[in-house]
Amino acid sequence: MSEKQSKFHGLLFLFFFIAGIIASVWVVVRNGWWMPELASDRETIDRIFITIFIIAGILFILSELTLSYFVLRYSGSPSRKAFYLPGSTKKEILWSILPGTLVVIILEISAEFLGGASMWGRIHGEVPKDAFLVEITGEQFAWSIRYPGSDGKFGRTDPKLISYENPLGIDITDENAKDDIVFPAGQGILYLPLNHPVVFLIRSKDVIHSPYLPNFRVKQDAVPGMTTRTWFIPKKEGEFELACAELCGLGHYRMKLPVVVKPMEEVQEWLSEQTPAVDLYY
Amino acid sequence: MTIHHEQVEVAHKESFITKYIFSTDHKTIARQYLITGVIWGVIGMILSWFMRLQLAYPNQPMPFLEKILGKWAEGGILKPEFYVALITMHGTIMVFFLLTAGLSGTFSNYLIPLQIGARDMAFPVLNMLSYWVFFAASVVMLISFFVQTGPAGAGWTMYPPLSALKNAIPGADVGATLWLVSMALFIVSSLLGALNYITTTLNFRTKGMSMGRLPITVWGMFVTAILGLLSFPVLLAGAVMLIFDREFGTSFFVPSGLVLGGQPVPHEGGNPILWQHLFWFLGHPEVYIVAIPAFSLVGEILATNARKPLFAYKVSVGAIIGIGALSMIVWGHHMYVSGMNPILGEIFVITTLAISFPTAILVFNYIVTIWRGNLRFTPAMLFALGFLGLFIPGALTGAFLATAPVDIQLHDTYFVVAHFHFTMATSAAFGMFAGVYHWFPKMFGRMMNDKLGKIHFWGSFIGVYLIFFPMFFKGIAGVPRRYYSFTEYDFTSQFVGLNKFITIAALITGAVQLLFVFNFFWSMFKGPKADKNPWKSTTLEWQTDSPPPHGNWGPELPVVYRGPYEYSVPGAEDDYIPQTVPVKIETK
Amino acid sequence: MKKTFFLTAITLLMTLQVVAQNATIKGVVKFKGEAPKPRLISMKADRQCDAIHGGKAVTAEDFVINQNGTLKWVFVYVKEGVKGKYNPPEEPVVLDQQGCWYHPHVFGIMVGQKLEIRNSDPLLHNVHSTPKKNKPFNIGQPVKGMKNIFTFTTPEVMVPFKCDVHPWMSAYAGVLDHPFYGVTNDKGEFEIKNLPPGTYTIEAWHEKLGTQTQSVTVKAGETKTIEFTFERKR
Repeated sequence: MSEKQSKFHGLLFLFFFIAGIIASVWVVVRNGWWMPELASDRETIDRIFITIFIIAGILFILSELTLSYFVLRYSGSPSRKAFYLPGSTKKEILWSILPGTLVVIILEISAEFLGGASMWGRIHGEVPKDAFLVEITGEQFAWSIRYPGSDGKFGRTDPKLISYENPLGIDITDENAKDDIVFPAGQGILYLPLNHPVVFLIRSKDVIHSPYLPNFRVKQDAVPGMTTRTWFIPKKEGEFELACAELCGLGHYRMKLPVVVKPMEEVQEWLSEQTPAVDLYY
Repeated sequence: MTIHHEQVEVAHKESFITKYIFSTDHKTIARQYLITGVIWGVIGMILSWFMRLQLAYPNQPMPFLEKILGKWAEGGILKPEFYVALITMHGTIMVFFLLTAGLSGTFSNYLIPLQIGARDMAFPVLNMLSYWVFFAASVVMLISFFVQTGPAGAGWTMYPPLSALKNAIPGADVGATLWLVSMALFIVSSLLGALNYITTTLNFRTKGMSMGRLPITVWGMFVTAILGLLSFPVLLAGAVMLIFDREFGTSFFVPSGLVLGGQPVPHEGGNPILWQHLFWFLGHPEVYIVAIPAFSLVGEILATNARKPLFAYKVSVGAIIGIGALSMIVWGHHMYVSGMNPILGEIFVITTLAISFPTAILVFNYIVTIWRGNLRFTPAMLFALGFLGLFIPGALTGAFLATAPVDIQLHDTYFVVAHFHFTMATSAAFGMFAGVYHWFPKMFGRMMNDKLGKIHFWGSFIGVYLIFFPMFFKGIAGVPRRYYSFTEYDFTSQFVGLNKFITIAALITGAVQLLFVFNFFWSMFKGPKADKNPWKSTTLEWQTDSPPPHGNWGPELPVVYRGPYEYSVPGAEDDYIPQTVPVKIETK
Repeated sequence: MKKTFFLTAITLLMTLQVVAQNATIKGVVKFKGEAPKPRLISMKADRQCDAIHGGKAVTAEDFVINQNGTLKWVFVYVKEGVKGKYNPPEEPVVLDQQGCWYHPHVFGIMVGQKLEIRNSDPLLHNVHSTPKKNKPFNIGQPVKGMKNIFTFTTPEVMVPFKCDVHPWMSAYAGVLDHPFYGVTNDKGEFEIKNLPPGTYTIEAWHEKLGTQTQSVTVKAGETKTIEFTFERKR
């Protein structure tokens, strides 16, 4: 192979990565492709994300440029011979272990010690006592919403009671159920209070779903047969979207629930206007 | 004279059927795996075209689709249930049929006996059975495209209850049963293969071939086989349990009290998360079952074409073993938001980040291997370099997903799609391409076209970046994966233009792959005849004829005197010293 | 030639016979007891559906009491007593999805007769049918104007239809191997025509209130009026 052709591939590698990096930055910045606007108290997620993004970005550029540079610099010629490294000296072993160790240390630090572990613990730990409770139940392909009403307790449900008019199977003989406020699948919008802890109790009637609120950095699978839980504090007023993130069937792509965040008083007022379960199911 | 005599005798015994179809020769079996894999690869790629067309032009009639797909694209519009079937089959075909059977099946079979100096596998008949069971799995999977309710459609992960309840989606009907049966057969085939690879590597090494002198390829295939042997049976158990849930009314994965489509479901007492544990207990090692063979082929090709010994050979082997061992205890990072115990989540963060240690070592060693080398750009070498270029962004983005809180946001978005396509899909495919270009002369006795190979490389390399790199940003913006169209949400509809761009890139990149298919089949019959050792390589397979005769070596087995990568040794006449050359000659 | 003539003659004769002996059963289905509050379906969560109805809620059709105190959407059919074989008519029954709603809510169809399911909305509907005796099906119709055709193989009263994307959407089909059925209209009336003389068991089916039966004997050319009364207990 001629030396010219050899250099060609090296140059192409280098050109591709440099041009690629510049083009990516330009396109991304110009279109503003970034995380959706943060609207909850989970800014730790953004912080860790950005930290890893910077570290990984630097490592990416460094290693790809090194690779391309080597490809260009050491492209072959018949007149030259490769530098001989025997393959198993102590120095080689030491050198080869070094970068791996560095990478792991950097990643562990960024992932665990920038608040990742404590964040994880907080999400899954104790829920604030005065939190605003909502039960979200997924079914193919819509979400039912239930608020506990003035007593702050959800009534008993039983799958045997599920019917067209009682899609959640609420047992209306249970005292706690009487003031529950229910929006059957697809028939309600999710109202959340601003600056107040919100607890999602997440259930599913058929297959696995996953309520996902991109702006709130919230995602938790809805697993049939059990109730999963997550909590957060909405920090921005306005309208948002809840999507399904776990493949649930042919309508997965439009299993949407509009979400509205308003000050607590407005949400309470709105709730007081709704018909309680006792007037709907008998 | 004796050599000649043996060859005649061997040729005498073989009919067409025993030589090309029901052959027990590891070389023929490897070629069968390769050709089957290439066919599956083309099918999988065409499926991805349909997906991309839908994503670029949602709700716009494309009448030619109806001609190809019939009722699945009535009026030229792809049905959402068929889109789900497409993602399922694309994933299954690419991960299992192309990158497991096609990659590991081909190169484990071909290289292990040849590189360790054996005449064949330890159990040649089991080896033949392994291919034919795989073939049966392929036939069953192919049949599922033609059943009335269509092929399996619950994602390649087949999460129940979607996959367990026949009425949940058309793809959960007969198609899902066929999928499970096919996978069960596939696993049996993999296990037969793995048993063979392990036994052969341990017991059939020729004189002088110590474990420390094994080429990195054999180490890779060996570790892969052990991984497969330990993890595949778990999915087999899972698949059998799911078949029972579907067909015989058991409830391993389906809990009580479900109501599907307004009708109560008569199951009780199962747990859907159990399936996820079983699936990912295989599923994650599976990623490395795909990646390690690619890694090991690339290592061999880099050393050969850089004319340098592999940097820190022992550490690299250790890293491969380390990746293999760690890969068994990281599966939970697929399940951070599944409802699994959050303490488990914490533990899986640590094990997952730990796996970046051996991986970083391996990548570093490979980059240092080309440092101060004398690089020769064969298509194989380009693909090996391309493998590194693709694996690096894939591995680095793994750090985001390994961190549980960040994964809350990124889980099941396009970030994941981009990540695994870089880490284990396209990079492994590049490893496989590199392997095919490199060993084709040995396998078929003819050279592949160099120019076409290089065009194929650059088309693929640039294409892969154009297709998958933008997906990182889609994922960062929160776009969920497995969506039939992105027109329904405000935060996804900003990418309409980008989706068109990606689709065009995918169509072109796909067309470039056809160059490879053409080159492959054309060169098989019309390529120029290959020498014994066209790449001036050191390992054993290059010291016999191209293609090697039945029994590989003639009457005498080769004897090994040195390590696998003696390139550019100072003082030596050539820039390579084959493993069969006695050490005395070059001692000063 | 001769044979063809013979067959044609027989067919003609048979047709005449049917016309000559036709009897009709008609009547109303009444309601007694406390009427439930009409349930309103709000489509707020699906903006497209909501827009079609101008943001107004739609009344559910599972329990419709007409102004004259009769019940709408009651399927009345001959349960027992039909002899002979009847071929399904050529024209299909149409189930339309319009405004995120099924039209009609209850209908009858013959075994082997075509059921054309149509999407008149510019959005995804899926038709999820869960019969017990026939083969279930579940198909998506992502764009406006899509049509799918199904047939049933076995008589079944009733076959439910549901749209999973809009879980409030529900419809029922009574599948029979004869054409003697009717659905009550907004005056609570039904009519079963062209019955051969004989004694029949007539059943009325209501989605919420269950079934009732009566035995009726009709003579050739007769029109008989019957009445069902459903009662709702609290």
